[in-house]
Amino acid sequence: MATAAKKAPARTKSDTRSQSGPVTPKPVDFTKEQELSAYREMLLIRRFEEKAGQLYGMGFIGGFCHLYIGQEAVVTGLQMSLIEGDQMITAYRDHGHMLAMGLSARGVMAELTGRRGGLSKGKGGSMHMFSKEKHFYGGHGIVGAQVSLGTGLAFANRYRENPNVSLTYFGDGAANQGQVYESFNMAALWKLPVIYVIENNRYAMGTAVTRASAETDFSQRGVSFKIPGIKVDGMDVRAVKAAGDLATDWCRSGNGPIILEMETYRYRGHSMSDPAKYRSKDEVQKMRSEHDPIEQVKARMLAKKWASEDELKAIDKDVRDVVADAADFAQTDPEPDVSELWTDIVI
Amino acid sequence: MPIEILMPALSPTMEEGNLSKWLKKEGDKIVAGDVIAEIETDKATMEVEAVDEGTLGKILIDAGTEGVKVNTPIAVLLQDGESAADIGKAAAPVKAEAAAAEAAPAPAKSEAAAPVAAAPKTEVAADPDIPAGTEMVSMTVREALRDAMAEEMRRDADVFIMGEEVAEYQGAYKITQGLLQEFGPRRVVDTPITEHGFAGVGVGAAMAGLKPIVEFMTFNFAMQAIDQIVNSAAKTLYMSGGQMGAPIVFRGPNGAAARVAAQHSQCYAAWYGHIPGLKVVMPYTAADAKGLLKAAIRDPNPVIFLENEILYGQHFDVPKLDDFVLPIGKARIHKPGKDVTIVSFGIGMTYAVKAEAELRGMGIDAEVIDLRTIRPLDLDTIIASVKKTNRLVVVEEGFPQSSVGDFIANQVSQRAFDHLDAPVITIAGKDVPMPYAANLEKLALPNVAEVVEAVKAVTYR
Repeated sequence: MATAAKKAPARTKSDTRSQSGPVTPKPVDFTKEQELSAYREMLLIRRFEEKAGQLYGMGFIGGFCHLYIGQEAVVTGLQMSLIEGDQMITAYRDHGHMLAMGLSARGVMAELTGRRGGLSKGKGGSMHMFSKEKHFYGGHGIVGAQVSLGTGLAFANRYRENPNVSLTYFGDGAANQGQVYESFNMAALWKLPVIYVIENNRYAMGTAVTRASAETDFSQRGVSFKIPGIKVDGMDVRAVKAAGDLATDWCRSGNGPIILEMETYRYRGHSMSDPAKYRSKDEVQKMRSEHDPIEQVKARMLAKKWASEDELKAIDKDVRDVVADAADFAQTDPEPDVSELWTDIVI
Repeated sequence: MPIEILMPALSPTMEEGNLSKWLKKEGDKIVAGDVIAEIETDKATMEVEAVDEGTLGKILIDAGTEGVKVNTPIAVLLQDGESAADIGKAAAPVKAEAAAAEAAPAPAKSEAAAPVAAAPKTEVAADPDIPAGTEMVSMTVREALRDAMAEEMRRDADVFIMGEEVAEYQGAYKITQGLLQEFGPRRVVDTPITEHGFAGVGVGAAMAGLKPIVEFMTFNFAMQAIDQIVNSAAKTLYMSGGQMGAPIVFRGPNGAAARVAAQHSQCYAAWYGHIPGLKVVMPYTAADAKGLLKAAIRDPNPVIFLENEILYGQHFDVPKLDDFVLPIGKARIHKPGKDVTIVSFGIGMTYAVKAEAELRGMGIDAEVIDLRTIRPLDLDTIIASVKKTNRLVVVEEGFPQSSVGDFIANQVSQRAFDHLDAPVITIAGKDVPMPYAANLEKLALPNVAEVVEAVKAVTYR
């Protein structure tokens, strides 16, 4: 698919500042299997998050809980470009990232409810989950901190001279943190294989990007460091996949870092306690009805007759079963043993 | 009148240096700005420029002389019409100045140049962690730290060092001298001036399984990075349910140096000692610096390794062993005694050790404990000592509120209250930002007299 990315010669007007280097590729054409897989993955994230919201309302989940609904295409599409050993790191809106990486719904949901079967044994919670096995490095509660850490993961790849890339996710809000630019500088200086994925969902908590950012074209935030960047339709999983192919190819070829600005949207509030009064209901509804990532895949498959309504309903049911099982487990699994209070502090 | 050229101070902490080379000979004409000699400090070889014009009348200190104290006359400059016969009539000495921009002017009084005088003659108790009969070699704390890193880098290909000026400059304080030459730029990495960012990069690399040594030019600059140290490095093991942590060492000079004032003179022992998930080491001797830095690099947890610029140049005996590693978390009885326990750590030990010598002269037999590690704190050793002496004085340079000494006093009062014959006295730096003026700086730091007075108070003398 990387070749498809390279074939895209057309430049958009927003690319005028980067005279050379990568440009936004055309969405790749998915096979039937890819469409079905993407549909299922995105649906799993959405149903999972809906259930998490429900469990939060019932008091099973405490503290902060940031849902990924609306942004599913970003992690799903990028995951399709990864190879074994590639690392992923993000901030606190992390449930979708873990599900996309193949971590069990039970493990994630039980962590949300603070149970011993959770990915962090109930000690991390919604914002702090990790998987050494799947190379998922968190789950970080400090906005922007994961950008330096993800750059460090890439440093390790270069040090070991392996082919892996670090997929470092952050939002439009984190993009204004100082350490992001300290990291950009080092990543470019040392040609580290890191893909900075800026999930621009238009609001940093309640602050619209135009109210917080002097430069709202986040794909160009690396210009001072000669880091190329492209804007990607983050609601179209095929466009995300094309960008992922381009970016992983760029990094694996030793070109150093690259920025992917994912233009996306979250349907829910910043966290469960956010009344979302900073935007209109119409705006949300318009995104849902015209750009929903899952509906786009569904429509394509139906149009191409790659799946019938019934077949899609069967997938839906299957996904609901997985989520229901995870929710049951997360409600019935015991809390951590009290002895866990004193474990895992130092080795 | 002939002008005396004095040995210049070329760094805030320089007390002496080697006069390695004269670039002018007796009889040479000299104009201001001429490089007249080369001086080797503990950090670098520096050129000495002439400030005045004249003829080099006499060289007083030969090339190759080691250990020349700051402000010692090294040559005499004759002015027009003067001859060698005038030597001896030298008037107001004029100090030579270093070519380097950061060279500090020599203090007016030589005593001010040495905030910490030479170590007193205390018989240091044998460390039970060093096999009896081990051959000892004298080396500086600086050399011990470098050797520790070099040995661990030879041993483990995953160990690397990153920081500002660690590679090509050979270390701002020369701790990494020679490492670039031996290990190359892949493993000795110069960073931009970007503490927050490179601390995070180091932690990320550690989470991926490498073993970074992150050097902060001073821990004062690590405040820019403290979020990555505390929130990312210290907490990840716990937050991940034990899946992954950060095997990383953050090291560099900590606390007050000399005359560098408020923003460069703060002790972070109590700050980092507060954080579960960190280990905090603060050595005094070169042997402890070496054995504990090797242990810190091997430790699978994040370790804060607090050094001290004034101690870098001090010599101590270090065991000559192929692989000398000390346990983190174990205090060392520096000198056994029975009348009172003095607990200190790092540079604080310099006050404790001198006070002990004075107290001995008064017939008070003090036990001096060097904590070496702040976290985990070896309270058992302190409490065992207090049970013997029934009196405790804690000495540190950091600020007094919520200090390491405060915590020790609290724990001792809870765990050994019935053994105390006097209130615990904590001696710390004064509760003020570090002043620049030499006299005020001296007042802001703890001093030996305070320690002696405290011991006299708790022993009711």
